[in-house]
Amino acid sequence: MSAALEFSLARVGAMTLRYSYLLRSSMPRMVEMMYWPTVQMLTWGFLQTYLLRAPGGLAGADASTIAAGSLIGAVLLWDILLRGQQGFSFSFLEEMWSRNLPNLFMSPLRPAEFVASMMAMSLIRLFVGMVPVTILAIWFFGFNLWALGLAFAAFFAILIIFAWSVGLFVSGLLLRYGLGAESLVWSLMFVIQPLGCVYYPVAILPSWLQPICWALPPTYVFEGLRGVLVHHALRVDLMIYGLALDAALFAAASYAFVRLLAAARRAGTLLQTGE
Amino acid sequence: MALELGLALRVAGLSKFYGATVAVRPLSFSLAAGSVTGLLGGNGAGKTTTIGMIMGLIEPTTGSIEIFGRDFLADRYHALGRMNFESPYVDMPHRLTVRQNLTVFGRLYGVRGVAAKIEELAASLALTDFLDRPSGRLSAGQKTRVALAKALINEPELLLLDEPTASLDPDTADWVRAHLEDYRRRRNCAILLASHNMAEVERLCDHVMMLKEGSLVDDGSPAEFLARYGRANLEEVFLDVARGRGNGGAA
Repeated sequence: MSAALEFSLARVGAMTLRYSYLLRSSMPRMVEMMYWPTVQMLTWGFLQTYLLRAPGGLAGADASTIAAGSLIGAVLLWDILLRGQQGFSFSFLEEMWSRNLPNLFMSPLRPAEFVASMMAMSLIRLFVGMVPVTILAIWFFGFNLWALGLAFAAFFAILIIFAWSVGLFVSGLLLRYGLGAESLVWSLMFVIQPLGCVYYPVAILPSWLQPICWALPPTYVFEGLRGVLVHHALRVDLMIYGLALDAALFAAASYAFVRLLAAARRAGTLLQTGE
Repeated sequence: MALELGLALRVAGLSKFYGATVAVRPLSFSLAAGSVTGLLGGNGAGKTTTIGMIMGLIEPTTGSIEIFGRDFLADRYHALGRMNFESPYVDMPHRLTVRQNLTVFGRLYGVRGVAAKIEELAASLALTDFLDRPSGRLSAGQKTRVALAKALINEPELLLLDEPTASLDPDTADWVRAHLEDYRRRRNCAILLASHNMAEVERLCDHVMMLKEGSLVDDGSPAEFLARYGRANLEEVFLDVARGRGNGGAA
């Protein structure tokens, strides 16, 4: 086997240790990881409460969907998607900000191990940031994401794999184009909010836009969430489609990352990655 | 086989072009184990690009790189664990302590007994007093010593140094040079050194390559350079080459 294809859990562990040192060294960053998801959850949770109590009320179908917790459930899942990608990309940005990439790319660390460590950190950051928020959602609004059980596991898997795909693609762009591409880390995922039908069903969108929505794995999650909350049934077919799309997109993102890394080596930008 | 002949690095026809811009014209040289070769040249001469290609960070336009007898461009990972580098233009995470940074790199390089190795390096490079201080709070001299510790943590057999004493005071710079000399002797390590400091090159290197605008314009031992150009030190030789005065110092 080529040495380039070897995979060492010890090196993944070393990188994960490095990111956990960073995480522990800054209390403000730890707090910030919980701050935004909490603000989002409270805003949408109170909006949901207002809509249900508003004089005149909502139309029947909308009322039952919202009453079941579709807004607050959606915002929690949306944050898993957004924070999952940003957690991945943030680890990568840390290397660029600290001008450490040349040290890493001339060490025995393989790109696949580097990516695996960023995935691990994405999960760790999500755990730190989101678990308290899901508990607050129970306390404030009586919405228990964990009670969705297997459905939640499926939603989480589809969202996190998509988040990693976007993170991987953006990291490749950062390698090739430097910190000029940094704004994509914070902004790219937001295109998914309208097209992934986070807060409304796909059916309300113009028919020409719907195929684009169905090409995005998160759409299957948010449609699935509404199905689970209203009809108490998980659409397994939606989950399978979502995971299949995820697999294809992750493969495409990996290919793009490898090509962009090669392009960065050709352009000589790996040595000029600092601020 | 190259390794049996004691060759750490062999470069043949190595060049780098960015479109029509020349960074390095075809360059060939080799480094024997235990030797120190200096890369000299003004800003933009191609020193950092040459080192970047040997580090695997820049893809050459043409040429081959053989490290420890194997094709580096085909599979860099066979060699990367046995080499390392130091440059003032590359940093380590500022919020991590020196010990944390060295621990991470020790693990990346698969060093056994990382904690003991860090203590050993700390003792020999005088890092002990600030091992648990964040790397961002070190002076320039302390940072250089930490970068050197990182570069030596895997006991490399090939060491690439890009201006290792830039921005250091004379005392610290002398101290770093002495440590490098000692390491080379003890480990029979081959060193490729890019520097603007002629006194450093004269002291450390047994072979020197002069680059100008991406081309190798002259090479030889420091003594050969002094004799060839009729100069008292490499600084004067460097000025002759940089200003195109040719051998003998004729203006």
